[in-house]
Amino acid sequence: MPEFIVEWLNQNDIFTAGTLLHYWDGLVTTVQLTFLSLLIGLVCAVPLAVLRTSRNPLVSGPIWMYTYLFRGTPLLIQLYVIYYGVAQIEGIQDTFWWEIFREPFYPALLAFTLNTAAYTTEIIRGAIMATPAGEIEAAKAYGMSWFLRIRRIILPSTARRAVQAYSNEVIFMLHSSAIASVVTIIDLTGAARNIYSRYYAPFEAFIAVALIYMVLTFTVVYGFRKLEQHLLKHLKPANG
Amino acid sequence: MKNLLIAAGCALALVAGTVQAKDWEEIRIAFDVPYEPFEYKTADGELTGFEVDLARAMCDELKADCTFVIQDWDGMIPGLLARKFDAIMSSMSITEERAERVLFSEPYYNTPGAWFARESVDVDVTDKSALEGMSIGVQRGTTMDNYVTENFSDVASVKRYTTADDMVLDLEGQRLDLVFVDFPVGEQTILSRDGYHQVGEPVKLGQGVGVAMRKRDKDLAAMVNKALATLKEDGTYDTIMEKYFAYDIKM
Repeated sequence: MPEFIVEWLNQNDIFTAGTLLHYWDGLVTTVQLTFLSLLIGLVCAVPLAVLRTSRNPLVSGPIWMYTYLFRGTPLLIQLYVIYYGVAQIEGIQDTFWWEIFREPFYPALLAFTLNTAAYTTEIIRGAIMATPAGEIEAAKAYGMSWFLRIRRIILPSTARRAVQAYSNEVIFMLHSSAIASVVTIIDLTGAARNIYSRYYAPFEAFIAVALIYMVLTFTVVYGFRKLEQHLLKHLKPANG
Repeated sequence: MKNLLIAAGCALALVAGTVQAKDWEEIRIAFDVPYEPFEYKTADGELTGFEVDLARAMCDELKADCTFVIQDWDGMIPGLLARKFDAIMSSMSITEERAERVLFSEPYYNTPGAWFARESVDVDVTDKSALEGMSIGVQRGTTMDNYVTENFSDVASVKRYTTADDMVLDLEGQRLDLVFVDFPVGEQTILSRDGYHQVGEPVKLGQGVGVAMRKRDKDLAAMVNKALATLKEDGTYDTIMEKYFAYDIKM
């Protein structure tokens, strides 16, 4: 470590090496929790969104119900229900499920995944609905099967339309993950709360954590800008 | 002449300032509920408990008009410093870190911390190696938190909760093996249920609990100390204590 950082750390009561390590552990947990739930959520959301556009109400109805439920209730409540609710099920402590749900990480991951999958399903569904009818007709005229149409025509153009709205969902999810600290997970916010209650220094503890969240957010924004430039290359002016 | 006027003006401002500062006819006192039996609400919503009764007696003694404020523990000290209220009487243990931010009165009670667990769990809590791999629940930022963090965080996993309710829920759901909590709180919220017991001996911690005030309000602190001393002398304190406790917490 450079000399001046070491010196600064030595004359600082709050941001000692131990505190910085605590923030680091929190950062790792936040990143794991957020990006795992986003990844699993996205993988679930793509087929759900395709089925959600089905004309058969027996297929699209349950998915509509699911997105309606999870978009209609606060994430904090969903987390409480899953975390505390599961522990109240009679006899669950004796099953192998308890190995998973005993730790707060997995109930939180489940709640976050279900929540983000619901939002992402609706984002992708909107983009699918906006596919120009001519493209689909042309694909049919070529004799493409339903699956081939989805794979070659609908999903690629959907991805281009959905990417901007989805980048918002990623940022919201990163910020929502702060509530994981209420179920004893030491994520970034949990670390800040521990440091605050140890030193009674709310400004220092929370401003430091806000800066870390900002750096994370800007990294996400930068990544999505690169992705958009790649996906939407064809929309650029010819000489631009 | 001009100098005299300025001097007079300054003196007047000074006098006016001191008069305003010494005027403690109204005191706002903050509690974090529920923390049985120190402060909690009865079924019909009335605020009661050992510290609430003691605060009432203290206000009578001071002939002050007191308002009681409900404040979450996490925002206690910031709320005091932001002048949302003037004093905290919410089982705040006197510690060096806190004393840097607030002014404490003389301590008015001290209770030990104690270990609680389900009846199936029994360990020797004085033996550090016996706690290896266990998860221990504490309330974040309490003296119990400091004790467990300092002594056991390298062998056991320490989980910190904002309220005692959430902690008891996780003890019940078997996410926690042990909790380390203020003895009277554990007695009320954990021992009152079936299937739980106290583990080992209670541990005396810290320098007791005091009224926390802003550092500048030295006059209020002097008044509070005097009133508490009177209550401890004239038996009012003992009457209130006997109403809530079967044992001595006086300090």
